[in-house]
Amino acid sequence: MIICTNKMEYPLRTQCQRVHKQVMVNGEKERVSLLFMKALVSRGSVDAVSQQMASHPQYLESFLRTQHYILHMDGPLPLPYRHYIAIMAAARHHCNYLVYLHSAQFLRVGGDPLWLQGLEAAPPRLRLLDHINKVLAHQPWLTACSHIQTLLKSGEQCWSLAELVQAVVILAHCHSLCSFVFGCDTDSDFVPLSKSPNGTPPSFCPFDAANGNTNVPQLLATPSEHITRRRSLDSSCDMVCLKERIQKSQEEREKREERLLQTQTLQQTDMEEEEEMIFFTDPTRFITDPDLCYQEFARREEDHFQVFRVQDYSWEDHGFSLVNRLYSDIGHLLDDRFRSVTTLPSMHSPDLKRAIWNYIHCVLGIRYDDYDYGEVNQLLAQDLKLYIKAVACFPDATKTPVCPLSLAPLKTSERIHVNLLIMEARLQAELLYALRAITQYMIA
Amino acid sequence: MEKMSRVTTALGNSAISGRTMFCHLDAPANAISVCRDATQVVVAGRNIFKIYALEEEQFVEKLNLRVGRKPSLNFSCADVMWHQMEENLLATAATNGAVVTWNLGKPSRNKQDQLFTEHKRTVNKVCFHPTEVYMLLSGSQDGFMKCFDLRKKESVSTFSGQSESVRDVQFSMKDYFTFAASFENGNVQLWDIRRPDRYERMFTAHTGPVFCCDWHPDDRGWLATGGRDKMVKVWDMTTNRAKEIYCVQTIASVARVKWRPERKFHLATCSMMVDHNIYVWDVRRPFIPFATFEEHKDVTTGIVWRHQHDPHFLLSGSKDSTLYQHMFKDATRPVDKANPEGLCFGLFGDLAFAAKESLISSDANRKPYPGGDRRYPIFFFKKPDPTEQFAHVSSALSVFETDLDSNRMDWFVKTAQLYLLCGKPFAELCDHNAKVAQELKRPQVSKTWTMLRIMFSDPANLTTPGLNHNLSKLGTMPLMNSFNMKEMSSGMGTESRLERSKGESRQDNIHLEPGNSHASNNNEENEETEGSEGQAEYMFCDAELDDDDLYSMENDNQAEEPEYTLPQEAFQLRHEIIDNPSAPEHLQQDKADSPHVSGNEAEVTCLTPIESFSLISISQPLFSPHLPASFFCPIVREMLTYYAEQGDVQMAVSVLIVLGDRIRKEIDDLTQEHWYMSYIDLLQRFELWNVSNEVIKLSTCSAITCLNQASTTLHINCSNCKRPMSNKGWICDRCHQCASVCAVCHHVVKGLFVWCQGCSHGGHLEHIMNWLKSSAHCPAGCGHLCEYT
Repeated sequence: MIICTNKMEYPLRTQCQRVHKQVMVNGEKERVSLLFMKALVSRGSVDAVSQQMASHPQYLESFLRTQHYILHMDGPLPLPYRHYIAIMAAARHHCNYLVYLHSAQFLRVGGDPLWLQGLEAAPPRLRLLDHINKVLAHQPWLTACSHIQTLLKSGEQCWSLAELVQAVVILAHCHSLCSFVFGCDTDSDFVPLSKSPNGTPPSFCPFDAANGNTNVPQLLATPSEHITRRRSLDSSCDMVCLKERIQKSQEEREKREERLLQTQTLQQTDMEEEEEMIFFTDPTRFITDPDLCYQEFARREEDHFQVFRVQDYSWEDHGFSLVNRLYSDIGHLLDDRFRSVTTLPSMHSPDLKRAIWNYIHCVLGIRYDDYDYGEVNQLLAQDLKLYIKAVACFPDATKTPVCPLSLAPLKTSERIHVNLLIMEARLQAELLYALRAITQYMIA
Repeated sequence: MEKMSRVTTALGNSAISGRTMFCHLDAPANAISVCRDATQVVVAGRNIFKIYALEEEQFVEKLNLRVGRKPSLNFSCADVMWHQMEENLLATAATNGAVVTWNLGKPSRNKQDQLFTEHKRTVNKVCFHPTEVYMLLSGSQDGFMKCFDLRKKESVSTFSGQSESVRDVQFSMKDYFTFAASFENGNVQLWDIRRPDRYERMFTAHTGPVFCCDWHPDDRGWLATGGRDKMVKVWDMTTNRAKEIYCVQTIASVARVKWRPERKFHLATCSMMVDHNIYVWDVRRPFIPFATFEEHKDVTTGIVWRHQHDPHFLLSGSKDSTLYQHMFKDATRPVDKANPEGLCFGLFGDLAFAAKESLISSDANRKPYPGGDRRYPIFFFKKPDPTEQFAHVSSALSVFETDLDSNRMDWFVKTAQLYLLCGKPFAELCDHNAKVAQELKRPQVSKTWTMLRIMFSDPANLTTPGLNHNLSKLGTMPLMNSFNMKEMSSGMGTESRLERSKGESRQDNIHLEPGNSHASNNNEENEETEGSEGQAEYMFCDAELDDDDLYSMENDNQAEEPEYTLPQEAFQLRHEIIDNPSAPEHLQQDKADSPHVSGNEAEVTCLTPIESFSLISISQPLFSPHLPASFFCPIVREMLTYYAEQGDVQMAVSVLIVLGDRIRKEIDDLTQEHWYMSYIDLLQRFELWNVSNEVIKLSTCSAITCLNQASTTLHINCSNCKRPMSNKGWICDRCHQCASVCAVCHHVVKGLFVWCQGCSHGGHLEHIMNWLKSSAHCPAGCGHLCEYT
């Protein structure tokens, strides 16, 4: 006798259905709910960024696929490295939200908590990446063949070409994601200690663990641990795992430190704990040269910075082939993203989209021979231009972008669409500069 | 060569001659085109627009068309074409979307003739009609193709591809009205110039952009296309549906493709990224280029055959700011460097070997493989030029058959299945394995195991169960009682030596005896170190420990070593997946250590009661001096190497695992890894997956243990709708249900899933097991009486 299983009410199923109902506004959004459910089941959380993008399910799908691929799937870099690079990239724009998110994931995949104390604690190989991170984030046109050469120069700390390409993709992805986070104001919603009402967003509580709260491990050491771990669906379990892991590595580290610094006074230890509290909150630990920021490209022109001609190095012809060769399949995924963001159904006319896209590329020094830049001024109001520039070039969590008047009457989804355009344009610009430098290196 | 070029150029108006030569341009070139009589070439790029004359020894700059102090973007060319009818007429495609024509007959410095600014985006390609003077076609990034009549100020017709950017347009050589267009989304369209409303035919040629296409100069139906997917495809357009007849896989995206004149099956390609070479392919031999030109230092952007009836001159422009004339005779022929030998194993161990006939011609009675001397088809030239063909290699194929029975590997399979590698004390493992080998009629291996037990066990511990069965079952074993320790150890050395000399031949105890006596004479110095003789007897005397005592001792062990008390499951229910390879190593060290520890314990417990139970005892030692296990290590190492070299890597690995820490440090890691790899490979070929997994798990090499963590992906289908699940998450795409939910805990089962074949309900193995211990009914409540065995 067989009873159809799907008629049975299991707790899990009801939970999924709850999520289902939460995001399901109408039939068209079913796709989103499915994506969210998938994310929820596999990661234990749906992050705020995905929730924002939910208004554009078609794009969200390719975005999540790319992100999943570069952070979790096959690739030359070890998982903790990937998240650490993401932390470095997000820290460049003081994006607390992404720094938290990736710190948590960094620990979850077994990263050394010591690294989170700051860039100095990270292995020298990652520290080498700091320069290109800085340049790509703020003045990508400075990316030069010589930077690539320094990184690839043979030696103990050298990068392989494939690793470097993945690192660059992660950097560019996170920089541009910072723009989106800033544009959508996700960062200010994010309060690290509190759990969001539906219990899904970042299931990470840095302070408990950082304090080395000894009550936690005892509680975890009970035999029920095994059972809870198996029920990995609810986020609390991930949380438990995470805490446990932090705790474990914390203990290991403490032991190590004890051995090293046995003479340390109690006061000093206190200070150290204090510091650990900070390292989760302060992204500046992961960057050097915090004052470096975007400068007008136009003003730089007399310093002989050649404009970047898309007709000479384009994503479709050149960038794609190179990136796909060195990091297989990523080209198709990124191609999909660029394609879907331009073809999203939207109230904006194609001309406006192109104007936004080209304007961002323009402020980053990339020019199209076949575009009349007068159109930018016609189509984009002054405040919209300011907004775009602020989001693309100065995404800084400490400030809030002023929403331009011309965007105010629009629906949220349209505003998000503009932010998506900004993000993708910026991503492509950074990739083009980095990949051109790599091409030049390969020819030289 | 000289003769050839004269023959062919006789077709043209003037004789063409020359050599491989190049000149520096001021700027990177984007495209080149050659005039009809093959005397001049035009080079166009972002910052260059020049005409060079092709002279015997060099390029000579004839004209700079890029005039004016600050040339406009109209001069920035993406493509250029020289009219094949009208000598003074050129057209360029500008990156800003303009289509410009140039009249060289103009008296002024600026030769610009017409300017069409109808395209909104970059124009990728311009193409003159091959026979019509005033007809020009353009294809642009904006997705439109336009046909211009040069006598009019604007386009006469616009073709909308409806599918993204146009990358190339080409008039058909033979069909007056037809042109082909290739698109960024992978499509190729055929148009009739008279019908701008819709295309005649469309097909998807590549995944990703189709960068170029070229009609065959002689065959009306053939169209070659090249794309970003690194392929060149030749399509037969004469049939109803475009049919792919040839496909060449290159190593980089294909930017240009040009059929070679006078050679039906040859075409030249160059790439847009990474690869700087120009390749000439014979489409029938798609795996290796027919010829390669390797002169350029940066990507080649334009290639053109110098004369439409001369296959020997190829011109190319590049981003490295050079213009080259390549002579075909100077090309490199990759086939010369290719390896024409082949070697392959058949399913049943047959070996096929193909090699150049010249290499194995010494064998007189060998016949060339039929079909090896196919004639090369000749199409357009009467006398085949030897340099115009693939090097003709006829190979001889030899097949070596193997006798199926001679290398039966039954013993291997049985041994692999029956051997115990862990989970019991060392001595028991050795005895068990010795027994297994004995039963498979491999006495030599069996003896080796027995000796290993003797050598590495602590004397007191040797005892126990091993001899029980030795005494009771094996007739050969009691024989050993007559050996003393000294003989055993020295015999060990000689045995392995003996074996080496006898190879695989069977070896019995009879052989062993003379060897032993001989060896013991030789090894007299051993005697001093080996100490008292009584030891050997002492080792066996414990065999008769009475049962009670035996059990009590084992119970002791069990209390101390929970590892053995746990009922051994066929497999572990859920083993932790560990990313860090160092972790499992640690785990295994524990395991390998533990039998050792228990051995020590046994020693303590059973030293006292020994006396009363010895039946065969001859002399009782007052003290128990014994050789340290490390004493034997060099011998054992030698023995392992010997087995491995004999091809019995199974023995080497099994001993390695059973001995564990006792021997591991003696053998360098690389050798160990090599043995493990070979053994695992063998096991997997015999489909002994469980054994191979066990070996992987028990190995201590980090390189081996990490094998278990590779390719751990499991593809699953949804239990509701039977469709494959995507790799993310545990929710089915289609029916939005969680797949494989455990009937007991109602959570997704991510590990082992066990289900009842009667009612098809199931869940976590452990949960179901527990459930069915207490209840006979299905946990899902369906009322079925499930059975778990």
